[in-house]
Amino acid sequence: MSAVAGRRTPRPVSIASFAQARNVRRDDEHNEVEMLMPVVAEVFGTIGITKDDIDFICSGSTDYLIGGPFSFVTALDAVGVWPPKSESHVEMDGAWALYEAWVLLQEGEIDAALVYCFGRSSPGNLNEILALQLDPYYVAPLWPDPVSLAALQARALIDAGKATEADFAAIASRSRRDALDNPKAQVANDIPAEKLLEDEYIVSPLRRHALPPITDGVAAIVLAAGDKARQWSKPVWITGLDHRIETHSLGARDLTSSPSTARAAEGAGVSDGPIDVAEIHAPFAHQEIILKEALGLDETVVVNPSGGPLAANPLMSAGLIRIGEAATRISSGRAHRAVAHATSGPCLQQNLVCVLEGE
Amino acid sequence: MPESEALHASHRLEYPYARSVGPVIGAFLTGLRDGRLLGVRGSGGSVIVPPTEYDPDTGDDTGEVVEVGPGGVVESWAWVPDPLPKHPSDRPFAWALIRLDGADTALLHAVDSGGPDRLATGDRVTVRFRPAAERIGSMADIEAFVPEGGAA
Repeated sequence: MSAVAGRRTPRPVSIASFAQARNVRRDDEHNEVEMLMPVVAEVFGTIGITKDDIDFICSGSTDYLIGGPFSFVTALDAVGVWPPKSESHVEMDGAWALYEAWVLLQEGEIDAALVYCFGRSSPGNLNEILALQLDPYYVAPLWPDPVSLAALQARALIDAGKATEADFAAIASRSRRDALDNPKAQVANDIPAEKLLEDEYIVSPLRRHALPPITDGVAAIVLAAGDKARQWSKPVWITGLDHRIETHSLGARDLTSSPSTARAAEGAGVSDGPIDVAEIHAPFAHQEIILKEALGLDETVVVNPSGGPLAANPLMSAGLIRIGEAATRISSGRAHRAVAHATSGPCLQQNLVCVLEGE
Repeated sequence: MPESEALHASHRLEYPYARSVGPVIGAFLTGLRDGRLLGVRGSGGSVIVPPTEYDPDTGDDTGEVVEVGPGGVVESWAWVPDPLPKHPSDRPFAWALIRLDGADTALLHAVDSGGPDRLATGDRVTVRFRPAAERIGSMADIEAFVPEGGAA
């Protein structure tokens, strides 16, 4: 099964270009299309191509954030709808839109694809919106918010002796300090972990610093195969890509581990060689601990040098941004082999793992 | 029409579908209405609560319905000092994953313990149903779980 989704991929595909908007708490001045237009222009412009050079478009977003149906159709205006292009959409983070485009590239019918995603979190109430993704009979009627569910996971981690509240604070402190070097980050500061531990609990055992910010943001990636992969940029190859999901029954899972990430990591071949850098989609600080273990990363791996989702967490985009940030580390020569991870659902229910390698 | 008079129309976005909950979820919700907690036996013999039509580990069909609870053990919990408007309690409470007696998986619900210092992982709690006349076959038929042998 890993032969299909994993590292023995028949056709090499490169991350040819990546762009993201500056992540902000609230963008009241632009709608989704207006936020996407400059990012789409940048992701094409950086490598000197236009929409005419790509064969397929796939986007990731959710109508629940916007409060209207088929919002992804409107978003196509950011690319231009004429002449028509083959196009698709997933009601998921853009990382899964990338997966769909990558599968189509494997078929060999096309050579290039645009992947984009958008998430304006500010207009609605995320605590209520995200409760709607839960089991409609057993869980959603109770309206548990994402912070509460993450707190149950954090407590389980503490009880299992795998982490302490000081560990959560250390991860938050490091992430936002690293974000000082990321001009696209939303929350960047240099506050020592001991100081963060003075925060009040939002939902214990989680204090404010262990939570992701609420972010408006969009991102885009161009994938290229065949001759275009070398013509357009110095290739950053996807050498493995896999995603796995766990049961939606929260109480039937061991929340202190992530078996779906571990299986996806195996399928993507994470352990086939040394990893220099990891961009991990851990919206809550404690989840980085669980994911590092599941990905099999040791202390030599640089984790989330961009600041990660604790510095900017645009829904439906933060996963694709992990892939883009990891690719950028390789294309800029700061890393040779990297792993990027994206998550979806409550308490890391579904996970995607992407291994990238330079030449 | 005066220039200042704007036209208004109300619009309510809704999905007015009725869903059938089927034999397993239906049995559980009917049990709640009757003041009983039910689980289902998975393919490996474990008891799954809340019950599903398939075993989450194997994908096989699940089997007989078995009664569980009314007491159980707190597997994890999270204290909410400021409940949100739609939360099941308007005063501070804990979310908890509760493994009911006779079950092998945990149920998510609220625990009314009175304070974060009066709840710990491993504590025993028991169900507090709403009065029979108010129960409709919903998760909200459970008002909360409370510490066993002494409610808050």
